[in-house]
Amino acid sequence: MLLPFNCEDIISKIESTLFNLGYMDLLSYQDTPVHRLDSRIKLIVTLCFLLTVISFDRYEISMLIPFIFYPIYIIASANLPVAYLFKKVLYVSPFALMIGIFNPFFDDKIIITVFGIGITGGWVSFFSIMLRFVLTVTTVLALIGCTGFNNICYAMNRLGAPKVFSIQLMFLYRYIFVLAEETARVVRARNLRSFNGKGKGVKIYGAIAGSLLIRTINRAQRIHYAMICRGFNGDIKIFKSNNPGVADIAFFIIWIFLFIVFRIFNVPELIGGSVLRLIQ
Amino acid sequence: MSHHIIQSHGLCYTYPDGNKALREISFLITHGESVAIIGANGAGKSTLLMHLNGHIIPQTGTLRIGDYPVSKETAHHIRRSVGMVFQDSDDQLFMPTVFDDVAFGPLNLDFPHEEVEERVRKTLETVGVLHLINRPTHRLSGGEKRTVAIATVLSMTPDILVMDEPTSSLDPRSRRRLIELLKTFHHTKIIATHDLDMVFDLCERTIIMNEGAIIADGNSSDILNNKELLKKSGLEKPLRLQGCPVCGTEE
Repeated sequence: MLLPFNCEDIISKIESTLFNLGYMDLLSYQDTPVHRLDSRIKLIVTLCFLLTVISFDRYEISMLIPFIFYPIYIIASANLPVAYLFKKVLYVSPFALMIGIFNPFFDDKIIITVFGIGITGGWVSFFSIMLRFVLTVTTVLALIGCTGFNNICYAMNRLGAPKVFSIQLMFLYRYIFVLAEETARVVRARNLRSFNGKGKGVKIYGAIAGSLLIRTINRAQRIHYAMICRGFNGDIKIFKSNNPGVADIAFFIIWIFLFIVFRIFNVPELIGGSVLRLIQ
Repeated sequence: MSHHIIQSHGLCYTYPDGNKALREISFLITHGESVAIIGANGAGKSTLLMHLNGHIIPQTGTLRIGDYPVSKETAHHIRRSVGMVFQDSDDQLFMPTVFDDVAFGPLNLDFPHEEVEERVRKTLETVGVLHLINRPTHRLSGGEKRTVAIATVLSMTPDILVMDEPTSSLDPRSRRRLIELLKTFHHTKIIATHDLDMVFDLCERTIIMNEGAIIADGNSSDILNNKELLKKSGLEKPLRLQGCPVCGTEE
C-alpha cells in the first residue's frame, strides 16, 4: 500500500515514545532486593543524594566522584539496562551543556595545573556541572526504574506531599497512554487522507489539537462520573502500604552514612594519600 | 426482598437542548432478573442507564431503586447498591494499578484496610484475574480491562449490576468468557447492548426502546423472534436466529 510521505515517521515516533514510557514501567516490575525496598525509603535516600551532590562548591570534582557508587549500586542490583539509561541521560544532556558551556569563557583564572597545563576555573566548573548532571539524572532514572512512577507518587503522598500534586501526577501518568494512542490514531487518520502535501498544514494541527482537547474534556467528564459511581466524594483514599522493614532501614542508614562521609571527607584524596604513603 | 426492585413510573427526561430523550418510561424489574435494554443509537438507552444510579435525577415521573426514590439526597445510597460498568473500560479504570482500582470503591465506603485487601483478592478471584492484581491498568488487554472493570464494581457488593455495552470491542473468545462469567452472577442485571446474541444467552427479558419510549417489554425469545418489531426499532434478529447464508435455509 502506498502511504503518504512522512506519515509512518510521525506514527512510529509517537509509538516509540509510548513504548519508552512503558519500558520504564516494565523495568519496575522486576523482583530484586532493590525493587522490594519501600518506595518511601528509596525516595528519601535519593532526595538526600541529590541535595548532597548539589551542595558542593562549584569547583568541586574529586569529592563528587565517590557518589557514583550509589547509582552504580542501584543499577547493578536492580538489574537495569545501563545502555538504555545512558541514552536517556544523553537525550537531556543538551540542557546541562547549555548551562555550563559559557563558564570556560567567563572564568579564565587558572586554578589547577595538570602536567604543566593550566586549567581555568571555567573548565573545572563546567566539568563539575556535567558530572553533577550525570550523577543526578542517572540516579533519578534509576529510582524510577527500580520503583515505578506510580509508587513514587504514592511515596510522595505518604511522605506528606500535597495530595492534589501527587494525584495529578498519577492521573497524568495513567491517561498519557490513552491520550497518546488517541493522538496517534487521529494523526494516522489524517495522514491516510492527505495527498501531495495537502492537508498537512499548521491549520490542521490546530483542528487536531482542538478535537483532542474536547475529547479529553469529555473523557474527564466520564471518568468523574465513573468515580462518583464508586463513592468518590472529593478525596481519593489511598491504600496504606506496610511499614518499612529491617532491609529498608539498613539501606537507609548505610547510604545516608556514606553520603555524610563522602560529603565531609575527600575520599579520593584520602585514598590517594594512603596509597602514596604505602609506596613510599 | 424489596431492596432489589427497580420501579419506574412515567419517567421523562428532556436534555437542555430540547432533545426528548425519555418519554413516559414505566417498568418494574424484580430481584434477580436479567433484563436487556435494546434499541437503535439515540433511542435513550444511555440516558435511562444514567438515571439508574442517580447521575441524572428524574424530571417528571418517579424511579425507585429498592427502598429509595432516586433523588439528589438518596444518590449516595443508590450508588451503593447499583454497580455501573461503563462501555469504555479506560474511563472506569482510572487508578494506576488493578489493585488500587478495585480497592477504590471499598476504600470510599470506609472499610478497614484489611477488609479492603481481602475484598479485592476475593473479587479478582471471582472474576478469574487474581494474577493481574499488581499490573498497571493501562497495560491490560481489552478483555482483561473489561473483566477488571466488572471487578471494580463487584468489590462494592452491589445488588444490581448495570452494564453499558459489556461485549463491545471484545474478541469472540473474550466475549464468550465474559458471557459465561456474567451467567454465574446472581445479581439483578440490566444490560444495554446491541449484541442480541448475548441477550439470547443471558437475559430472559428484553425491553426495546425507540425514540425515548418503551415499545416492547417481554420474554426475550418472543421479542428477538419478532422480525417486524425489531425492524421497526432499527434492529435485526440475532444472527443465530437468522437463516444460514451458505446452505440457503430460510429462518
